[in-house]
Amino acid sequence: MSGIAHFPKRREKEQRGVLSVADENRLLREMLFARRYEERCYEAYMERKIGGFLHLYPGQEACAHGVLEAARPGHDYVITGYRDHVHAIKCGADPKAVMAELYGKETGSSKGRGGSMHIFDVAHRFMGGYALVGGPFPLAVGMAKAIKLKGGDEISICILGDAANNQGTFHESLNMAKLWELPVLFVCENNLYGIGTRIERSTSELDQYKRVCGYNIPAQQVDGQDLRVVYRAACEAVDYVRGGNGPYFLELLTYRFRGHSMSDSNVYRTKEEEKEWNKRDPVLILRDTLIEEGHLTVDEFNAMDREIINHIEDDIIKFAEESPEPPVEELEKYVLAENDPYVKGGPH
Amino acid sequence: MAEMMYWQAIRRAHDEEMARDAMVIAMGEDIGVLGGTYKATQGLYEKYGPERIVDTPISENSYTGVGIGASFLGVRPIIELMSVNFAWLALDQIVNSAVKVRYMSGGQLTAPVVIRSPGGTAHQLGSQHSARMESVFMGISGLRVVTPSNPRQAYGLLKSAVRCNDPVFINEHELMYNMKGDVPDDEYFCPLEGSEVARHGTDVSLFGYNISTQWNLRAAEILSTQYGIEAEVIDLFTLSPLDRAGIKATLSKTHKAVLVEEGEAPVGVGAAVMAIINEECFFELDAAPVRVSAKPVPIPYNHRLEKAAIPNPQDVVKAVLKMFGKA
Repeated sequence: MSGIAHFPKRREKEQRGVLSVADENRLLREMLFARRYEERCYEAYMERKIGGFLHLYPGQEACAHGVLEAARPGHDYVITGYRDHVHAIKCGADPKAVMAELYGKETGSSKGRGGSMHIFDVAHRFMGGYALVGGPFPLAVGMAKAIKLKGGDEISICILGDAANNQGTFHESLNMAKLWELPVLFVCENNLYGIGTRIERSTSELDQYKRVCGYNIPAQQVDGQDLRVVYRAACEAVDYVRGGNGPYFLELLTYRFRGHSMSDSNVYRTKEEEKEWNKRDPVLILRDTLIEEGHLTVDEFNAMDREIINHIEDDIIKFAEESPEPPVEELEKYVLAENDPYVKGGPH
Repeated sequence: MAEMMYWQAIRRAHDEEMARDAMVIAMGEDIGVLGGTYKATQGLYEKYGPERIVDTPISENSYTGVGIGASFLGVRPIIELMSVNFAWLALDQIVNSAVKVRYMSGGQLTAPVVIRSPGGTAHQLGSQHSARMESVFMGISGLRVVTPSNPRQAYGLLKSAVRCNDPVFINEHELMYNMKGDVPDDEYFCPLEGSEVARHGTDVSLFGYNISTQWNLRAAEILSTQYGIEAEVIDLFTLSPLDRAGIKATLSKTHKAVLVEEGEAPVGVGAAVMAIINEECFFELDAAPVRVSAKPVPIPYNHRLEKAAIPNPQDVVKAVLKMFGKA
């Protein structure tokens, strides 16, 4: 496992794998925004403004931000599971449209038809959140197959949790990805739990990156709580895949601070364990590093926090609240293509 | 018009579409080097190469998902499932990914994939290789289900399915690949919604699809020559959606319906057609509609038992005679 201790000192010249101060400050803002955004979703759910299932991301922010910062969001194709709001936003989705989606509104990213687990923003190549565990693995491989056929320099990025690796699709997809040398990066956010079952109780090999050896795919495991570590490892991974070397597997060790979903009783983990992991809060790790290195003050951070909270309330929540519901007359829209000439036997 | 076999018609559609559009690919088990279990892609591996005629590992759910993922980016995959029995494994990707993605993305993403697979009972293949899954697929909103009953349709339905922007499941039949029939020399597209009158008649409508249309045509000949009953044979070559107008049109003429399928009766094609008859033309009926369908058993290996489990033209004749009070 790569450690923080060996991290190289910041260089004056721009170097792949090392973030500039400006970038780190921006990423701190993005991660803090993601934290406050998800916390506000929690409140909206408690107010019954958001329905259904809601899976929140606090604790894992360095994963999405480190990986996607290393890639080219909006250019590379990204696919993930149901804990998907933050990934979508990092790819370029409008946070207002994502919140409106959670509210089930017509202005939502999926026009209120998808919900929390199915955020899509195809214009930014965020190819969706999917709610069958392990379902996106083959889809990611298929997107990579398409990229290879078309000859582009995009890569396909599949971001899922550790529990997905116990599905058959994981093994089948790794096999095909390597067999055909496809440009796909598998990112495993290992948060140690599949809903309420701890990894020791579900998985015979705890180190997920080791499970990939059988498919001859290079793999690495790193700390998923430290943005710098994630970013550096992700740069290696992204460059490897974009360089035409075939698939790569990156495991990030992380922890979700909240339950699996809102209905989670959270009885399966100890207060001590949660306390230990709370010390490894990715937002605070980056904040403290920047303060320690003299690039940020506590006051600046607190001001940024207030600004974000106000922005979420005044712009994002307001937009979602005030947006219209989808018209019931359009219930059956989007089931099938409209006016497809081949349905009637061709354009002739 | 040229006479060709069902498999040759499917192969021709592959070849034409792949020659036209570099984004059309085919994927499946043994479709490349081996040329396809039923020869649907014979010779195409040599012509288009391994990137476009993709021999897959035996991982039905995931290679179907790979095709679906590729279709998100504009590729037009024709995915072959060697036997429909293996489609049970691929249901997750077909249903949860291909079918639902348009709706749950609010129309942003579509999966224009074609999934073709032979179903039906062939010759003593046993329970796990004799499934008929069309009634499973036709119950899924957002999936088009078509089923060719002759080489012309096998060609024309695949052509339209490749170009259509919806996911399409093509239900073929293991016993029909060597069936001969005329196929137009010019490019031909079969509509993905509709039915055909395979034989005109005035006394009773025999509804079928795929192999049961062939049974119905034989039964109609027997009924005509031996009993003077002129049956109209309706070929429901699209099972989802079913052709309401076609069903209504024939029954306003014959006023009697016999629904013939190789599948089992409960939750079957016949049940779905009967529901439409009730909704559309209840007062047109002169007799209660009758279903002819498979016995409710896993298909047995023993030849006699296997034959007894599946309907045949004689069963159709008997059902009609009973309806006419002649049996």
